[in-house]
Amino acid sequence: MSGRVSLFVTCIVDQLFPRVGLAMAEVLEWLGYRVDFPEAQTCCGQPAFNSGYRAEARAVARHFLEVFEGAEYVVVPSGSCTSMITHHFADLFRKDPAWLERARRMETRVWEFSKFVLEVARREDVGARLDAVATYHDSCHALRELGVKEGPRRLLSRVRGLTLREMNRAEECCGFGGTFSVKFPEVSGGMAETKIDAILETGADLVVSIDSSCLMQIQGVLSRAGSPVRTMHLAEVLASR
Amino acid sequence: MLTGSYPRFTETLADPSLQLAIYTATGRLMDKRRATVMPEALPDYQELRNQAHLLKKHTLENLDYYLEQFQAALQARGGKVVYCKEGSEVVEFLAGLARERRAEVIVKSKSMTTEEIHFNERLAEFGVEPVETDLGEYIIQLTHQRPYHIVAPALHMTRYDVARVFQERLGVENETEPEKQTRIARRMLREKFLAADIGVSGANFLVAGSGAVVLVENEGNARMATTLPKVHVAVAGIEKMIPRAQDLAVFLKLLGRSGTGQPLTVYTSFLTGPRREGEVDGPEEFYVVLLDNGRTRLLADREKRESLFCIRCGACLNHCPVYRKIGGHSYPTTYSGPIGAILTPQYLGAKHSPWLPFASSLCGACAEVCPVKIDIPKILLDLRSEAVKAKRKDGENRVEAWSFKIWAWIMRHPRWYEAAGLAARAVLGSEDEGWLRRVPLWLRVGPLKEWLSRRDLPPPPERSFRQLWRSRLPAREE
Repeated sequence: MSGRVSLFVTCIVDQLFPRVGLAMAEVLEWLGYRVDFPEAQTCCGQPAFNSGYRAEARAVARHFLEVFEGAEYVVVPSGSCTSMITHHFADLFRKDPAWLERARRMETRVWEFSKFVLEVARREDVGARLDAVATYHDSCHALRELGVKEGPRRLLSRVRGLTLREMNRAEECCGFGGTFSVKFPEVSGGMAETKIDAILETGADLVVSIDSSCLMQIQGVLSRAGSPVRTMHLAEVLASR
Repeated sequence: MLTGSYPRFTETLADPSLQLAIYTATGRLMDKRRATVMPEALPDYQELRNQAHLLKKHTLENLDYYLEQFQAALQARGGKVVYCKEGSEVVEFLAGLARERRAEVIVKSKSMTTEEIHFNERLAEFGVEPVETDLGEYIIQLTHQRPYHIVAPALHMTRYDVARVFQERLGVENETEPEKQTRIARRMLREKFLAADIGVSGANFLVAGSGAVVLVENEGNARMATTLPKVHVAVAGIEKMIPRAQDLAVFLKLLGRSGTGQPLTVYTSFLTGPRREGEVDGPEEFYVVLLDNGRTRLLADREKRESLFCIRCGACLNHCPVYRKIGGHSYPTTYSGPIGAILTPQYLGAKHSPWLPFASSLCGACAEVCPVKIDIPKILLDLRSEAVKAKRKDGENRVEAWSFKIWAWIMRHPRWYEAAGLAARAVLGSEDEGWLRRVPLWLRVGPLKEWLSRRDLPPPPERSFRQLWRSRLPAREE
């Protein structure tokens, strides 16, 4: 099996969590893919879209579509950014037939990382090993817009040394929500605290998710509370040997 | 501004007993709903949602036809339809009716539509005493509050709160047992039922084909309020229409389950006009007030028309992590939670509570549980865009508008993007320090300040992914 995969690492991973991008590349290479990184990539445009700035979001979305024009597969370490491209680009370009057509062509080629491993590479066991008691947080857009629910749990169940414990209301939002987290910091922080209560109840020492933005929020509150519980992106777990 | 001009909800968030009350009550409703809609309990749940969505869509697209059909069917049975453009017309109609019939007391069953038009306060000005007979609404009325929740108006109050309210307002003993509290309310309300000449209800559904008003409830008070007094007036928004009685097979299956986790509520009443010859009960006169109050304006918007599909089950509130934090009274109007966040700006305009569509993490839990599949997050996004446009037109919000302009420019220029990232990481500190609790003072403004108010910040890595990737390349090509 071989094929070419282009990484869209997202702006947040590029700037704040580069190891997530490297881990994703390692797993994809282990699976036999040739991996490239189009250097002109930046962001999918979601921050502007979610804040009501459609024109600005469109400009950034067009940039994305240009950069990844020739890609065979685009793999993304985020359910939220994937969904922006596969579910909301069409809405952004609803009055622009030419770009709408390009957005539609892109939709089928963009894959959230865990979905790609399971549905394109068709692998559950990627040879990972990590000694940890982990709990998995469902990120909202992956869960509700992409239907990602059991997949990451299946992948985690094949990691040697790792025990998975379900938290209470794993499907409830962590409170990040992009600019929501700074527009309503008290509400957002309160939601995160509810989330970490559920995490701590499990006794897990590790929180895993497929979105670095959720993990930034969760780890931010865990760290503020002085908790030793760590967070890891699924790609980092799967790249552990 | 990016931050700053948004409400903080400090009091609600800092009240642990209130937080617990909201969490417990909504959590229970979530669990009960789940048990009644899961595939083992209701295999065709998703298909029912699709049907409900399509039925509402069809009805609203042909509302003129169905309104006339409803009116004709109701009139054939001796009932009367009254069209009201806004709340004041409803109040004037009822006040006139009360004057003619010399009615002093009006008993009411639970109705969000009458809450929407502040019926009780406005009618009281005409010297008529409206009395809520739903237990939750009765408690709320005694405390002069508005409903905290679409389905459970007194959701935020514990039984100890209720005991205090009854003691203060009704002059009874401090009674904390819910059963005994119910008995007290029942005793008080029985007198009102017997004294009332007019009963006012809402309507869960209006059946166009048969001219029927359908009411669902658990306490039996709606049945009393609509059959005991000589006059019954049902006040309903025009969007309550459904085409045929058989469509209730879809909606009734969804409403009880979504709202309270009941396969069917305790009472389902079909009211089809005044008492006929030979019948032993029912009112002598029967009116249906059809209220617009901004609904036709929503109807005109093809995209957001969906907001009118709502059957007021309250599931979106129970599942909304924001509602579960800020509670019902933080919302500016009668309708709280996600459905309120999309209805209020559409009824009252984008500038009424401009923060409202932004008070969501867009998690989508509301849309997932909505029995009629209203795409609430999508409508919130549309409303955000409209709010931004409205502010731009008035020259407000300039800092944020410019920030996004500059941001979008940078995101289209990868070299500038990389340089900006380098600069930002350089000023924030280094990776070795662990998660950051503080940053240089001059950076503690705007979004960064707000982030740090509740959370630590990830330590900026020395090198971005693209830098690391570049240094990795030669090694891979060897």
